[in-house]
This record gives sequence, C-alpha cells and structure tokens, in this order.
Amino acid sequence: MFSDFSRDERIFSFIILGGLVVAGLAMAIAGRGDLLSTHGWLIFGLSLLAFFAAVRQFDRPEPSAERLSEYYDAPTRAGLVLTLIWGVIGMGVGFWVAALLAWPDLTFDVAWLSFGRLRPVHTSGVIFGFGGNALIATSFHVLQRTTRARLPDAISPWFVLLGYNLFCIVAASGYLMGLTQSKEYAEPEWYADIWLVVVWVVYFAIYMRTLARRKEPHIYVANWYYMAFILVVAILHIVNNLAVPVSFGSAKSYSLFAGVQDAMTQWWYGHNAVAFFLTAGFLGMMYYYLPKRANRPIFSYRMSIISFWGITFMYMWAGSHHLHYTALPHWVQTLGMAFSVVLLVPSWASAGNALLTLNGAWHKVRDDAVLRFMALAAIFYGITTFEGSFMAIRAVNSLSHYTDWTIGHVHAGALGWVAMITFGSLYSLVPSMFKRERIYSNKLVEMHFWLALAGTVIYVFAMWNSGVIQGLMWRTYDEAGTLSYSFLESLDAMHPYYIIRAFGGLLFLLGAITALFNVVMTIRMPAMEATPDRGRDLPAEPALQAGE
Amino acid sequence: MFKFHYRLERSALGLVGFIILVASIGGFIEIAPLFTIDETVEEAQDMRVYTPLEVAGRNIYIREGCYACHSQMIRTLRDEVDRYGPYSLAVESQYDHPQLWGSKRTGPDLARLGNKYSDAWHTAHLYNPRDLVPQSKMPAYRWLLRDQLRTDDLGQHLAALRAVGVPYTDEQIANATQDAYGQANPDSLEASGVTERYGEATNIRSFDGQRGRLTDMDALVAYLQMLGALTDAAHTTETAEAE
Repeated sequence: MFSDFSRDERIFSFIILGGLVVAGLAMAIAGRGDLLSTHGWLIFGLSLLAFFAAVRQFDRPEPSAERLSEYYDAPTRAGLVLTLIWGVIGMGVGFWVAALLAWPDLTFDVAWLSFGRLRPVHTSGVIFGFGGNALIATSFHVLQRTTRARLPDAISPWFVLLGYNLFCIVAASGYLMGLTQSKEYAEPEWYADIWLVVVWVVYFAIYMRTLARRKEPHIYVANWYYMAFILVVAILHIVNNLAVPVSFGSAKSYSLFAGVQDAMTQWWYGHNAVAFFLTAGFLGMMYYYLPKRANRPIFSYRMSIISFWGITFMYMWAGSHHLHYTALPHWVQTLGMAFSVVLLVPSWASAGNALLTLNGAWHKVRDDAVLRFMALAAIFYGITTFEGSFMAIRAVNSLSHYTDWTIGHVHAGALGWVAMITFGSLYSLVPSMFKRERIYSNKLVEMHFWLALAGTVIYVFAMWNSGVIQGLMWRTYDEAGTLSYSFLESLDAMHPYYIIRAFGGLLFLLGAITALFNVVMTIRMPAMEATPDRGRDLPAEPALQAGE
Repeated sequence: MFKFHYRLERSALGLVGFIILVASIGGFIEIAPLFTIDETVEEAQDMRVYTPLEVAGRNIYIREGCYACHSQMIRTLRDEVDRYGPYSLAVESQYDHPQLWGSKRTGPDLARLGNKYSDAWHTAHLYNPRDLVPQSKMPAYRWLLRDQLRTDDLGQHLAALRAVGVPYTDEQIANATQDAYGQANPDSLEASGVTERYGEATNIRSFDGQRGRLTDMDALVAYLQMLGALTDAAHTTETAEAE
C-alpha cells in the first residue's frame, strides 16, 4: 500500500492518521464514564497502530512513474478479501442468532451474546460489511475499466476503503455494547454517522474525478447504478440520521423525528437502503461482470435506460408499504402500495435484460459455476422483486407483515440475489486482480454454488412456511367468534422451522467459508509471469496526473 | 427520449443532477406533508411525557434490541384489536424519538402492555422467561437485575429530548436524577416530587422489588408498565371500526 504512495502522499496520510489519533483521544476524554470513551480508545488505538506502521514504511523507495500508466487495483484487492472476511463474520453471526431463536438459552447470561444485540451485528455485517466492501471494491475496478482512466490519486481510495471499514467496526462493536439508535439498518450512533458522511464525500469525489478524466465519451450503465447508489444512500443516510446527541461526551442521541413522521422517514430510508444499497449497487456489478463473463453484449441498451430511471424514481415512493394499517395516514400507504406494484416493471426489465444477455451463452452457464452464480442471481432478483411487489399489496401485507414471511423475502433477495451476484463477480475478478492464472479450485467453486443454492432454498422455504402459518394462526377465529390460537401456540408452531432455517443458513455460511479459503489459496498460488491479455488491461494512454 | 439520454450519459454532472432530482420527488411528496397536515396526528389533551425513569427504561429497551422482536403498533385489523386492544393512534408515539413501532413479532405486540401484568411478573419474566412461559424464545435478561441504573446524566437526556420537541419543563430537567430515584422508591422523600411534576397517574413503585437500590430492571419495568398509558385517546375517541 505505502509503496504506491509518492512522498507527498505519504506525508498527507500521516496527517490523516494523526488527525484520527487526536480525534480518538478527544472522544476518549470527552466521553469519560460513557461508552463513547470505549469507542474513542478503539479509534485511538487503531489509528495509532496504522500511524506507526506508516512511519516505518516512510523511507521505502518512491514508486516509479510507470505506475501512472496502469490501473490502480491495490484497494480493490484488499476490498475483495475484506468482503469475504465480513461475509463469514456476518453470516456466522446470522447462523448463531438463528440458533438463538431455536434455543434461547445459548445466551449464557452474557449481555453481548443476547439476540437483541447480536442481530444488528448480523444485519450490518452482511449488508454493510460484506455488501458495502464488495460494492466499493468492484466500483473502483468497474469505474477504471469503463472510463479507461486510472483512479485520480492513491490515497483517497484507501481512505474510502479503510475509513468505511472503521465505520463497520465501530458500528458492530457498538451494538455489542448496546449502542444503537434502534432504527433498522441505521443503528450506528451519531459520531459513526458523521464519520460515514466524510468517507462518503471522498467516495463520491473519486467517482467524479475519475469520470472527469475518462477517455470514453459515454458513461457506461454500470456507473449510473454505482452513482445512484452513492448519491441516494448519502441523501437517505443524512436525513434519517438527523439527531441531537445528549452531549458531546455521550454516545447516545435522540432522533430529530418522532412518531409517525419518524416511522415514515425510517422506512423511506429502510426500503431504499434495499433499493440503492442492495439493488442499485449490485445491478451496477451485474451490468459489468455478467456480460463480461458471458462474453456477450448487454441485450438491450434501451431497456437498461428504462429500468435505471424507473428504479431511481419509483423506489423512493415505496417505503410506506412497510406501514400498512398503521397510524400512518391512509393516502401515504396507498401511494406506497401503488408505486411498489408498478416497480415490478423496471425490476423485471433489469432481470430480463440480464437473462436475455445470456442468450447464446447458456452452455457457459451450464459449464461455468461462476457465470451460473450470476445467472441464478438474476433469476432470484426477478423472483424477489415479484414477491416484493406482491407483499406490498395491502391485503397481502395484512397477512405477511410482522411475520417470518418478511424474513424469508429479505433472504431470498439477500442470499439469492445480492450474495450470488457478489460471489459470481468476485470469482471472476480475483484471478485477474491478483494476476493469477486461474482460481485455485474450480471444484470448490462448484461446491460453493450448490451449498449456496441449497442453503437459500431451504432457508426461504422454511420462512415462507412459518410466516404464512403464523399469519394465518393470528387471524383465525372459531365459530364462537373468538380467536382460535393464543400467541404462544403460534410461537410453538415456529420451532421446527427455526431449526430448518438455521440449517439452511449454516449451508450458506459453509459456502462463504469455502469462498474465503479458495480466494486465500488463489492468492498463495505463484503469480503469472507474463499474460497474453496483459497488454489490453491498461488505461487509454499514459495518464499523467498533472496538478492532482 | 433516447436521444436526450444519449447526450445526458455523456455528462457526469448532468447524470448527478438528474439522479438527485428524480430520486428526491417521492420522499418529498410523502414525507413533507406529514409535518404540515394537521390531521396526521390526533389531538390528545391528556398526553403526558415520559418520566426520567421511563426514559431510562426506554433506552434499555432500545439497548437490548427489544424492538427487533416486539412491535408497538396495533394495526387497524379486527384480529389485532381483539388480541391486543384498541389500535394504535399516531398521537401515542408523538414524543417517541425515535418511534419503536417495530417490524417483526417474534414475540407479541407490546403497545398495550402497561399494567397488564404485575411488576413481580415482569421482573421474574425478564430474569428468566422460561420460568413463567416454558415455550418462550426470549433471552434471559439477568444482568438487568444486577446492573445499577445510571441516572447522573438523565437531566441532559431530558434536555436533548426538549431540543427535539418534547415539552419538558426546566423543573423536570433539573430534578431528573432525583425523580428517577423517587419513582422506584415510594417511601423516599423524592417520591412526592414525581407526582407533582408528572401527575397522579404516574406509577410510583419499587418495580424490581428491591428497595433502596435502583437497577436497570426498575427502569425497564417502569417503562413496560406505562406502555399505552401516555394518553387515553385510543380508548375514548370514537374511532371507526377496524377493518
């Protein structure tokens, strides 16, 4: 990492790390007697370690000027490994909380081992740790290849990647200590939120600066999605997290919004975290890696335009379908339902575009597990978006809401779509990024594919069953006009499904561990001497960084 | 249209501007009116604020992630009203920063839990749910009974809540710490101030059954025991039949 930095960049990185050391110390002192100081010391310690590691490398020889005529892939390489590490952590915790629902005494009287504190570690671990790192890593790669320009400087991609992971560490460790805003998928407290905004601004700047240097007149579809992901997530994050801290020495804050306005803002955020984090970003991934791997052009350019703007416009209306039959005014519920249903059009346009791109390459889908991951992701994307539109209909929602059906739906999307497209892209990216001839073991990729598919199907079917049973039991009346089942009877009926679900999750986790092993072994293989391809994977021309 | 797009996708700033514009419309139209249309939140004359002990209890509820398995929002559906009680009104959570409506019922809804069970039941249930409900999937929160409640910064908490719109008085903020103690110690000198500042209907009891000691359990049970009791609006307003 440091050997890629020029002398000025090394000095600048000292300033950043020094600033973080001071900020951590300030938090530790201001937050004496509060959990804020624990996070202060954590930031202080991590940035001090990084600072000393950097100082020790200061005298390394400066990088050659030739580097500027190549793509800058070091942050992507690190990001790919971090993706898998967070994946194993997030899915591992997911398996554990699934087990806790079947056997709650596994809490062992340890506060941070209880379901309520571990659950956000699972959700943030997979969404932000696994998903976020995958998006950052692949976006740097896609951005450079589709603009044929090198990233604008060496520091900012590292700042984004490592800064983002610092956010993830602060978030996850905070949940274990009981620090949470309680807003789903926006749990981290105010200081972590502010830090994420800083990281995000730099991320956006990288995108704009690289686009400004592009050698291709047109901006490729994948980048529209990555840009929508960066921009809209910024808007959602800032608005939903507006809060007043108890004091600058306290980790706790109170949301600016209350009651019904807060609920609407939260689900406007929550549903669009799904839309712009877990959909738009990963569609960007799909639009680059799927056609590339299949070696086919995208089926329809016009369909991609329609689906992009359809998704960007309509998703933002859909959040209120999380609040059917609640104290939210009826007109907002109706709007949310209507847009959720129409949303199926651009969603299926994307899924269809991906699958039609595979026409003429289906034999590759049969033979190549990597491409099969991506094809399956597109299929699950289609299934999940159909289910989502269906569940947003008020009458259906009256049954599905508050039940495991929602959990099943989310995992059909998260496991079937997000994780599959990520694994597919990752497997196709790792050999070229690390300049290895091939992935360590194709057999393991094949095994991972079937573990992932089996795990997803078992998980989703278990939750469909339990959710529908639960919903029906809650609303069943007997002939005398009284409710037939107590809540406890419905809870009892869930028990076998919770065990099956944990088993499905375990299969998926084993798949992720296989992937981590396979990638580590690939990295340990000897590097390729000279590649026939190598001449082609270069920016348009020696792009000197004058004045940057 | 496609010709226009052909030009648009050649401009990074153009794309950025369009994405922001197109994405902002939905949220703006759905959220902004909720602050301006008066009918969004009902009027309730008897609406009271949380006491400092209840605020602390609510924060423990948030800390332990109770909202992940329990909703506090009874929908306008017949079976929910029959099972849990009158459906929830917007006004009932108007001082909830943030709301805890929840999205999943692994356990039952809690919007009308207040005064449904005794304090001793709650304490024993939180200590080990399976002592009372053998099939329960809830973790045993034994540490709540061990841990001393932090009260020294409760005044700051109330002040922050006032900054976001909850009508706490200066007196309530100044006495927050002693009011928290008084509410859980009915025999103490501090207890009378709580009724004075928060009304006669406030529960003043030794919630966890341990006198003289203020634990996290005291706060959480105090909070659970007033769920649904901030206002009578849901019981008294002539509300339309549940669907």
